[in-house]
Amino acid sequence: MASRTQVVETSPALETREPAKPHALKGASGVLNWADERLGLASLGKKNLRKVFPDHWSFLLGEVALYSFIVLLLTGVFLTIWFKPSMAEVEYQGSYQILQGTQMSEAFASTLDLSFDIRGGLLVRQIHHWGAILFVASIMAHMLRVFFTGAFRKPREINWLIGVGLFALATIEGFAGYSLPDDLLSGTGLRFVDGLIRSIPLIGTWAEFFVFGGEFPGELIVPRLYMVHILLVPGILLALISAHLALVVYHKHTQYPGPGRTEKNVVGYPLFPVYMAKAGGFFFVVFGVLVLMGAFMQINPVWKYGAYNPAQVTAGSQPDWYMGWVEGAIRIIPPMEWHIGHTTWTWSVFLPGVGLMGILFTGLALWPFFEAWVTGDKREHHLLDLPHNAPTRTAFGVSMMSIYGLFWIAGGNDIIATQFALSLNGVTWFIRIALFIVPFLAFIITKRICISKQRRDRERVLHGGETGVIVRSPDGGYSEAHEALSQDELWTLTQHDEPPVLVASDGLDANGVPNGQKVSKFRASMSRWFHGYRVQPPTREEIAESQHHDEERDRDVDREVSSGAAPSSHPLERHSDGDAEVEARV
Amino acid sequence: MRFLSRRRRHPAAKPLALVLALFVMGALYSAMAPTTVSTADDSTQQSQLAKGKELFQVNCSSCHGLNGEGTPEAPTLIGVGAASVDFQMETGRMPMARPEAQAPIKKTLYTSEEISAIAAYVASLAPGPKIPSKEQYDTSKLSQEQIARGGELFRTNCSACHNFEGRGGALPNGRYAPSLMKTSDKHIYEAIRTGPQQMPVFAQGSLSDDDVTEIIGYLNTLHDEPNGGFDLGGFGPVGEGLWGWVLGLGSLVLVAVWLAKKGARAR
Repeated sequence: MASRTQVVETSPALETREPAKPHALKGASGVLNWADERLGLASLGKKNLRKVFPDHWSFLLGEVALYSFIVLLLTGVFLTIWFKPSMAEVEYQGSYQILQGTQMSEAFASTLDLSFDIRGGLLVRQIHHWGAILFVASIMAHMLRVFFTGAFRKPREINWLIGVGLFALATIEGFAGYSLPDDLLSGTGLRFVDGLIRSIPLIGTWAEFFVFGGEFPGELIVPRLYMVHILLVPGILLALISAHLALVVYHKHTQYPGPGRTEKNVVGYPLFPVYMAKAGGFFFVVFGVLVLMGAFMQINPVWKYGAYNPAQVTAGSQPDWYMGWVEGAIRIIPPMEWHIGHTTWTWSVFLPGVGLMGILFTGLALWPFFEAWVTGDKREHHLLDLPHNAPTRTAFGVSMMSIYGLFWIAGGNDIIATQFALSLNGVTWFIRIALFIVPFLAFIITKRICISKQRRDRERVLHGGETGVIVRSPDGGYSEAHEALSQDELWTLTQHDEPPVLVASDGLDANGVPNGQKVSKFRASMSRWFHGYRVQPPTREEIAESQHHDEERDRDVDREVSSGAAPSSHPLERHSDGDAEVEARV
Repeated sequence: MRFLSRRRRHPAAKPLALVLALFVMGALYSAMAPTTVSTADDSTQQSQLAKGKELFQVNCSSCHGLNGEGTPEAPTLIGVGAASVDFQMETGRMPMARPEAQAPIKKTLYTSEEISAIAAYVASLAPGPKIPSKEQYDTSKLSQEQIARGGELFRTNCSACHNFEGRGGALPNGRYAPSLMKTSDKHIYEAIRTGPQQMPVFAQGSLSDDDVTEIIGYLNTLHDEPNGGFDLGGFGPVGEGLWGWVLGLGSLVLVAVWLAKKGARAR
C-alpha cells in the first residue's frame, strides 16, 4: 500500500520573496570588479590601504616637499604653454609701458607677457617660484630631521643616497628655472655659473664653450636650460621620488621611541582612512599656502630687473637661497690665482664654488657609511634616535649647519651691511674669522647640551620627577618629594641602547688566527670620538635599587607621593599606544 | 564825525594822529616797497654773499677750512658749485653730526635762504655746477619710449650701486649707495652732476640733461607701479629666501604640528 505522500504546506522555494535591495554602491562595484579582474588592485589595496604609519609633525616635512613638487608640476605645465625658450632678439610691444620698445630676448618678452597679458599668469608664476623656494627648503628640513634622528641607518642607506640625489637635483632644477626668464638677475646668475665652469682647471674654457655653445651668453643656453628644467631633471626627480617613496613603503616608516614601539613593529594609524584624509588635507594646505604666497608676496619681479644685458648689473644680485651659500663662499674668499704657462688656476672661484658643493654632497652621501664604520653597528634600526641620545652626531650636524649658515650670511653680506648699518668689510671679516671658530663652539655647546639632557633623563628615571613639594621629616630635615614616573615615560627614557666603543685589535685570536674582527687604531680613535663619552642609561639594577629606596623613604615619611605604577625591571612592560594600530615588521 | 571834531583839541589828539600817520606810512611802505629777493642788484647780492660767508665760517669752516680750501678732515669746496651745496644741505647730509664713513640723510636745520646764501658764497669761490632750473629736469613731457630709455640708462649707469629699483646698496668700508625711493627730482639731478660722497660725477658729456630727465622719469614711473603683492623690502632673492623659510615653511610646520596631534598621540 502506498503511503500517503506528505505534502508540505510551504517551502522556501515556493515562498515569494522580495528581491534584496541593491546596495547603494552596487553600480560602482561592477565597475570596480571589472577593473580588479584586469588590474588586481583589490589585493594590492587590501594590503597597502591598511599600511600603518606613525604620527609626528616632523614626518610631514618630506610631505611638504612632495606636495610642493606636485604644485610645481601643475603650475609648470601652465607656464610652458606660454613661455618661449628662445634667445632671439625682439622689440617688446606688450602692455608693460616702461619697457616698451626695448630690445630683449623672446624668453624675457614671453615672461613679461605671462606676467601682464595672460590671465592669472603672474599668480601662477609667483606660485611656481614660491613653490621652488619651499620645495628645496622642505627637502633640506626633511634631510636635517632624518640626519638628527639617525633615520639613515641600516636598512635605509640607499634611501638616504636617493635623498641626497634629490637634494642636488632640486638645486640644479631651481637654478635652471630661475635662469630661464633671461632677466638681468638671472643673466647675472648665469654669468656667475659661467665663472664657476671656467674656473675648473685646464678644461674650464673648453667646458664653458661646450655648455654655452660658444662665448657667454651665446644664444643656446636658454633653450638648453629649458630642456634641463622641464624634461631632464623633472623626469629624474619623478623617478627618484617614486623610488624614495617605494622604499619608505618597503622599509616601513621609522618611529620615535615610546611605549609599545620596538624595532619589530610600527605603531600608528592605517593609510586608509586616517592618512588618506590627513595627507590629502595637508596637500591642499600646502597648495593653499603657496597660492596665498603667490597672491600676496611679490617674488622675482623680472619687469623691474629688465632684460639681461651683460653690460648691466644691479646691487644686491643674489641667487635663490639654496645657491646663496656658494655665493657667500665666493664673496668672502681672499683672491688666489696661479698662472702656470698658458693656464690660469683661479682657486678663489674653484675652491669655494665647485669644491664646496662637491664636499657637501660627498659628505652627505658618505655619512651613513662613515657612522656604520665608526660604530661597527650592523643591526637594523627602525626606532629613531632622539637627537640628544646621539650627542656626537647631533653636535657634528649643528657644527656643519653653522658653517652653512655663515656662508649663507656671507652671501647676503651687502644686504646685511645696508640693513643693519654695518661695514661691508666688517661683515666679511667677521665671517672669515667666525668660520674658524663658530663650528667648534657649536660642536662643543651642542654636545654639552645633549649630555646635559641625557643626565636629566637619567636623573628623572632614578629619582623621579620633581613635584615642588617640600617634605619635612620627623627628625626635622627637609627634602623635596619626587613622584614616580609613569611606566610610559620610564620606557621612553630608558629605551635607547649603548653601542660599545671599539677597541683597537689586530684581529687575531689566541692562536694567531685571524678572527675577522680587526679594528685599526684610527677606527678605534674615531669610535672613541664618536661615543667615547656619554651618559650611561640607567641599568635594570639601578632602577630596581632606586625603586626600593623610594619605597623605603615613602614608608618613612608615611606619605604616598605617587600613584603611578613602579617599574619592576628593564625592559619595561610594553603598552600599546592608545587606540593606535600596530603592524609587525617582517 | 562830531565824535572826532569835538575832541580835536583833546591833549591826546596830536600824539594819536602821529601814531596813526606812522601806521599808515608803515602799511603803505610794506605794500609798496620792492622785496629784497626780486631786486638782484649788486648790493643785495653782496649782502647775500656776506651772509653766506658768515654762515659758512660758523657752520662749515671747521672741516672745510675758513675759505673752503679743505682740511685733512674734509675736501675743498672750491669749484664744487652751488648745486653741490644745495644737495648736501637740503638733504641734511651737511653739516655732518659726527665724522663717519658717509654722511647720512637727516632733517635739515637750515632755511632755504640760509642754504642759498651758503651756496652763493661757495659758488663765488670758483665756477661749478649751478642749481638746476625746473625745466632741466621736467619729466612731464616725457613719452613712454623716453621713459623706457631712462630705464636702460638707469640699469647701465646706476643700478650697479643703487639696486634695480633704487633701493640702495652696500659699498666698501661702511659706505653705501643710498635709497632713491624718496629722493626728489632736483636732488637726483644735482647728485648726478656733482657726484656727492662715493658717487661718480656724470657730466653733460656722459649724461645729457635729457638723459637725466629720462632716468628721473623712469624712477618716478617705476615707483608708482603696483607690485605683485607685498614687495618684501625689494632686496631680491635674499628677502625672498628669508620669507620663504619663515612664512612658507614656518606656517606649514605649524599646520603639521596641529595635524600630527589630531586623532593620534604625537610621538
